[in-house]
Amino acid sequence: MKNIPIKRVDLIFEEVTCREMVQKVFKTDPDEILQQILDSGLKGRGGAGFPTGMKWKFAADEPSNEKYIICNADEGEPGTFKDRQILSDVPEKVFCGMAIASRVIGATMGYIYLRGEYKFLLPLLDEKLIIFHELMKEMNQDFHIKIRLGSGAYICGEESALFESIEGKRGEPRNKPPYPTTSGLFGKPTCINNVETLVHTVMILKYGPEHFRELGTKDSRGSKVFSVSGDTPKAGIFELELGMSVSDFVDEFGDGDTKSVQVGGASGFCVPRKKFEETIIGFEGVPTGGSMKLFNSSRSMYNVLHNYLDFFTEESCGQCTPCRVGCQQLLKGIEAVKKGEKNSRYLDELVKLASTMKIASKCGLGQSVGNAFSSIVENFREEIIY
Amino acid sequence: MIKENELVKELANKHGRRRDSLLPILQDIVVENNYLSDDVMVDVARELDISAADVYGTATFYTFLETTPRGKYVIRICKTISCSMKGKNQILQTIEEMLKIKLGETSADRKFSLLETNCIGWCHKAPAMLINDTPYTELTTTKVTEILQMYIKKK
Repeated sequence: MKNIPIKRVDLIFEEVTCREMVQKVFKTDPDEILQQILDSGLKGRGGAGFPTGMKWKFAADEPSNEKYIICNADEGEPGTFKDRQILSDVPEKVFCGMAIASRVIGATMGYIYLRGEYKFLLPLLDEKLIIFHELMKEMNQDFHIKIRLGSGAYICGEESALFESIEGKRGEPRNKPPYPTTSGLFGKPTCINNVETLVHTVMILKYGPEHFRELGTKDSRGSKVFSVSGDTPKAGIFELELGMSVSDFVDEFGDGDTKSVQVGGASGFCVPRKKFEETIIGFEGVPTGGSMKLFNSSRSMYNVLHNYLDFFTEESCGQCTPCRVGCQQLLKGIEAVKKGEKNSRYLDELVKLASTMKIASKCGLGQSVGNAFSSIVENFREEIIY
Repeated sequence: MIKENELVKELANKHGRRRDSLLPILQDIVVENNYLSDDVMVDVARELDISAADVYGTATFYTFLETTPRGKYVIRICKTISCSMKGKNQILQTIEEMLKIKLGETSADRKFSLLETNCIGWCHKAPAMLINDTPYTELTTTKVTEILQMYIKKK
């Protein structure tokens, strides 16, 4: 596998005149727009990486006359903060992306689900939304965006939990199928995209799908906004071409003593130093919603894992047993091993439990607890025990 | 302070009386009263014509929809990994000593509540906290002392 050297890109935060873009979009045939998004190879930027064009196509193919487009701004993954920056710097581009999606799938109503922790952005977004709605009116377009706030629940970033939350209920994920494009918000076909994904669609329409495809690798096209934090002299938000190796990333962002990188937040993977070279950041290697956390050798990986498990134990919605009880037992389990109440072989039992959670949990939260757990325990076993 | 049942009516007029109006109504009550009392949840249930258990069940799912009385200013310190690595405990201790309350408590004058919260999206500027809706980042003991002094002077 060939990796791509680190390269800065400036697409997401580039100034774009929303008016021009929207005018262009509503003059273009929806099928043609869809084809461009399909051709670009864009995959969702929230972490799961579902092909955006396919999602739009599924929603477009549904015969319903009531459909929704949702912008998922419930950015709760530890270590991810790029959507906040996108929403505060280029909110018009997010609205514009929603307008593009609405045109393709045939929706007249859009929602932005903004996490409660970002409520301070509301005055700005409301102000920009007024301008956007005036533009829609001027162009005789029937498309309206509403902003709904979350209230401090990580799980509401899961798409079906987010629908439940907008519907005024507990944010408990639904069974899938049916998928959102068939039955989503209020049981209607719904297309839900991450903030960054929507902005990418604007740039794809602006510069063409070829421009996007030139960046990245076969499995990971384009660029991605990374949220860099932890032990780094360059913490912040960086848009980079996809497909670089972890070692290139560490050369650029590390403090010279990087022991491991947590790619994809608490639900992502821990990459230890010995695997930096061979690990590609992208869908062919370790996928990420943008969270990149660096740890240097002064950090205890036990404390890191404990912090993550504490997070999941609190944020599990409690609906399904594998996740609710599993998270608690993983946390209790590593505490018992640390205290010497259980011997080190007990860690193997816990790794088995984590893989059971992957199969048996109802949604992505419980399914991904094992990512961080197993990758940390396998690579830093001594630190967990002693 | 407006009477609770009047507030509920006012908010239902604003947000509607459908089930999907529930969260915006509850969120606005918390802004007004700092928490959701049992009585106000019963009022909301009656206004929206749903069961009080549904309202309570929904409210208690969400961390920011407080069902115990909180202070006028709720301080939420991020305890997730980056903030934890960058000295969250020191900040917490400074606040506890300054406000003479422990984590989870509310000051006697009902002005401050001190809580921990999960990742608030400021990892690159850790440690961070929210006071009500306002984020404060790159905290040091000096900086947090200044911020709190400002709030102490506020009404």
